[in-house]
Amino acid sequence: MKFGIVVFPGSNCDDDMVYTLGQLMGQPTVKLWHKDTHLQGCDWVVLPGGFSYGDYLRSGAIARFSPIMEAVVAHAQAGGPVLGICNGFQILTEAGLLPGALLRNLNRKYVCRNVYLKPVSGRAALTAPLDHQRAYQIPIAHGDGRYYAPPKTLAQLNHNDQILFKYCDAQGQITPEANPNGSAENIAGVCNAAKNVFGMMPHPERAASPLLGNADGRPLLDALLRLQPALVG
Amino acid sequence: MKFIAEIDVMPQKEILDPQGKAVMLGLKNLGIRNVADVRIGRHITLEMEVDNQAAAEEEAAFACQKLLANLIMEDYTFTVRPA
Repeated sequence: MKFGIVVFPGSNCDDDMVYTLGQLMGQPTVKLWHKDTHLQGCDWVVLPGGFSYGDYLRSGAIARFSPIMEAVVAHAQAGGPVLGICNGFQILTEAGLLPGALLRNLNRKYVCRNVYLKPVSGRAALTAPLDHQRAYQIPIAHGDGRYYAPPKTLAQLNHNDQILFKYCDAQGQITPEANPNGSAENIAGVCNAAKNVFGMMPHPERAASPLLGNADGRPLLDALLRLQPALVG
Repeated sequence: MKFIAEIDVMPQKEILDPQGKAVMLGLKNLGIRNVADVRIGRHITLEMEVDNQAAAEEEAAFACQKLLANLIMEDYTFTVRPA
């Protein structure tokens, strides 16, 4: 599976993603500069974390108009898989490829720590292979991570099984205390209705090696390899 | 002709604005106690070179809808005047 990691001015998790997918997981990876206009035959497109365009205006708002995004949108609309982590998630919502928006954290703090996630969707490729009974420990690092969607959209997300992860405690209980940023329904990640575009605030690529003391992110990323591009949709 | 668009982008009413809450605390600490709510948005000005007022308004509305405001969480208003 060939992965293209898009680099915007201000992206800062691109190397982590290349290292994890390429070195640790042995997948062919290329970096795609935001001014490029084609995806070099990549099966997966990954929008990494960071502060594209300095988070000016709104996180992800300006990156959405980078030249490469036209190709990313076309890829997604043709059923091609796309993953956005953190700032990548914000860009995908700004681009309209994912529902909702990411607002300033409710506690007004930049939160950088490990949290626990519970897989929710039984049908999305990213979460279907995971153990839905356990909590995965994955780090977050964001100031604008409060997931918001109007009530009607939230109802659709639930109805279509589009919620990927919810913040939970170490025992897997989804409680208000386990919600680090005030997200609606503790939502940490969602996918689109066609289930080929995925976004999440936590960083599995920062927790994918036992050498780093936490490999809980690895099964999430391994799940990407199970999604055959031809089968998406 | 030169026109100036004055644009205000505000968080929607039903969305909690933590920045506004923090500033309200500051106002109370300052001794201003009769403020019931504070909401913070942004003010944007565009200098435009277009044919007429209608074109300037159309351009400003397009800019707001496509980039300057995220209509999922924000509302916008603007006025346009000759520079």
